[in-house]
Amino acid sequence: MTEAIKRPARKNPQKRTVLPTLPPTSRSRKALGFTAAAAEGRFVLQVCEDCGAVTYPPREACPKCLAMDLAWKDMPEGGLLIAETTIRTSTNVYFRERTPWRSGTVALDAGITVLAHIHGDVAEDGRVRMIARTDKSGQGVLMALPEQETANMADDRQLRELTCDPKHRRVLITDGRTPLGQAMARAVSEAGAAVVFVGIAETWRPYAGADRLAAIPNVEIMALDVTDTISVDELAGEIGGRVDILINTAEHVRAGGVMDRDGIVTARDEMEVNYFGLMRLIQAFGPGMRFRGADGVNSACAWVNLLSVYALSNWPAYGSTSASQAAAYSLSQCLRGEFHSSGVKVVNAFFGPLEEDWRQQLPPPKVTPEGLAKAVVGALRQGLEDLAVGAVAEDFLVRWKEDPRVLERELTQSEGV
Amino acid sequence: MAGRSASLRQAYDGVVAAVPITIPYERFSPEPAHWWIARALGSLVRGAKITPKDIDGFCVSSFTLFPDTAVGLTQHLGLTPRWLDHIPMGGASGVVGLRRAARAVQCGDADIVACVAGDANHVDSFRRMLSSFSRFAQDASYPYGSGGPNASFALMTDHYMKTYGAKREDLGKICVAQRENALSFPHALMKKPLTLEQYMSARPIADPIALFDCVMPCAGADAFLVMSEETAKDLGLPAVRILSTIERHNAFPDDPIQIRGGWEMDREELWSMAGVTPDDVDLLETYDDYPIISMMQFEDLGFCKKGEGAEFVRSHDLTNSGSFPHNTSGGQLSVGQAGASGGYLGMVEAMRQLTGSALGTQVEQAKIAVVSGFGMINYDRGLCSGAAVLAGAGT
Repeated sequence: MTEAIKRPARKNPQKRTVLPTLPPTSRSRKALGFTAAAAEGRFVLQVCEDCGAVTYPPREACPKCLAMDLAWKDMPEGGLLIAETTIRTSTNVYFRERTPWRSGTVALDAGITVLAHIHGDVAEDGRVRMIARTDKSGQGVLMALPEQETANMADDRQLRELTCDPKHRRVLITDGRTPLGQAMARAVSEAGAAVVFVGIAETWRPYAGADRLAAIPNVEIMALDVTDTISVDELAGEIGGRVDILINTAEHVRAGGVMDRDGIVTARDEMEVNYFGLMRLIQAFGPGMRFRGADGVNSACAWVNLLSVYALSNWPAYGSTSASQAAAYSLSQCLRGEFHSSGVKVVNAFFGPLEEDWRQQLPPPKVTPEGLAKAVVGALRQGLEDLAVGAVAEDFLVRWKEDPRVLERELTQSEGV
Repeated sequence: MAGRSASLRQAYDGVVAAVPITIPYERFSPEPAHWWIARALGSLVRGAKITPKDIDGFCVSSFTLFPDTAVGLTQHLGLTPRWLDHIPMGGASGVVGLRRAARAVQCGDADIVACVAGDANHVDSFRRMLSSFSRFAQDASYPYGSGGPNASFALMTDHYMKTYGAKREDLGKICVAQRENALSFPHALMKKPLTLEQYMSARPIADPIALFDCVMPCAGADAFLVMSEETAKDLGLPAVRILSTIERHNAFPDDPIQIRGGWEMDREELWSMAGVTPDDVDLLETYDDYPIISMMQFEDLGFCKKGEGAEFVRSHDLTNSGSFPHNTSGGQLSVGQAGASGGYLGMVEAMRQLTGSALGTQVEQAKIAVVSGFGMINYDRGLCSGAAVLAGAGT
């Protein structure tokens, strides 16, 4: 049974910080299809379109019939552990620092066998439930979990390498003035975060929900205005070495496109928060988090961007905001690259229309702030990097993956949503 | 044309192998593979009292020649062969090199083929090789703990032990016997005796595999010549005849985990072509990077039934003076694993035993030897297997 991890003691500043190392990163291009699905928490394998054979490791052709058409398909999760080992010496520095490491051979219900990381609670020769996740190198890997939930299961040492569980971690929520920021603070506090720093711009200005926010366990209100470089830098100077998860809830949303607006003042405000705000946060908090990617139980582990799904393809009804969100999305991809050596995950949560004042006119279904917060905490616990939140966003992602050009045409016709 | 039956192979009449060479292994060496292969080739030429010009066929195996191949070596070493082969089959390279070369000589494509395996071992080269060993390893095994072959064989061993009830003591007996054989072999890197108690209490590496289940990577080279019986006679070289050979790749791909190798597919032909039975064999050289795979070879080559490997080991003395001389120079487990040379170690040792020129303890009345090769854990299992039945001149 997994032992519950304890909240780490205050760090001794005179002690050396363990630097991040990575598990093997090299993969074939084909294998990246597995990685991309694992980033969404999906376990996919290639299936031959001709003969239906399931194949692994990733191949260019079907080993049963040599057909070239191999499609990534979602797989049943079940399997049986048929052999296992505990690796005690490794040539790779990352694993060398983390031995003993349990891995094994799993005969999948899908009909083939795979190598996988093995959760500590899996019984010898036991039934398992497979998950696919990205590891610290950002590459997809398989892990076998016990079929049934066990006590403190998420605290398994090897599983926690794949997840970004807020338990015992310190979280910064960049804007607590909004219902979204407040819902996020509540959700991470309930998930066991050790400290929840909540940024508030212009602290002297009153805002709805202030008292309830301050009453959430472990919340600490901090002055933070993402449009003000000095404010961002000052906060990073104060708590930058203690932020393990950063959730950027700051957003500036206004309806409307470009042609019917007068000038660029609104657009500049959108960019100031959605794009330059993110950039300021990255410059101020990124280096500290990158340094602390392997810093024990409360290592830096995730940077969460909340992005409108219209970051992926512009919706003219919110055309100018969509453009700033697209800029933010592009920057998040850059951040993923810059965080790569640290093992810190960039989590992009794409959400559909949110239930809040500036999207008042939009019809349902809408995502509630609580719903978005719950989805983000769920993604952190599971170690996902890409997720869609709400029915609109889920549908949008399906269409975007199918053909972004067709989606663009749909969105730019007058009734398009 | 589904399921066409394979045609029977022809005998290797009139073809022999001679001049077994081992360049003493070194744990680490700054020299590159080219250096080791050149030394082995030079030893072949001197040993056969021929000139480099007489070598008109050249067969090379090496993991560490990059960016060169056998092609680059011809210019590097001043050879002008009319037949050239590069065999990337790791532990199966010796058997496969022999059978390729034998056909070349038999068919007149070459008169004297030099078969050479050699590898460097720089301080960091093993780690580098593991991390880029194969595409499947890179995509689907190395990321799971980077245990390398230790982890792959640990899984096979765990599964085999659970399936057939073999004990660590049984695997240990193989290692202990080989160490005894190695003590008289001058080139073995392991010089100290090994007891079963030491084996059992050794530092765990990847459970159930412990320190003495693992080979020690090192640098070195091995080589031999293949030529016609007449040529060998003309040169006055003691030689061994090739009674039969087999090779197989990616056998039993639907076995969920490796519990047998390709030998099982071809062993009937191996024995019938050779005209001998397992009972006629005086010594066996298996590929032994881990004892479990030697145990599987006892079974898959037909020395005992599947699942009876442990019992077979219990009922035999595997030392050179015992009832079943096995890995008579100590095998890789005691001599060291010099990359692709590991696939040659058993071959040159069998040739020495059959020609009465063992460097260590000579197996008495050694007339028939079987050499078995196994190689290339591409993902979760070894893909290449091969075996050869060899006979001394007097048989």
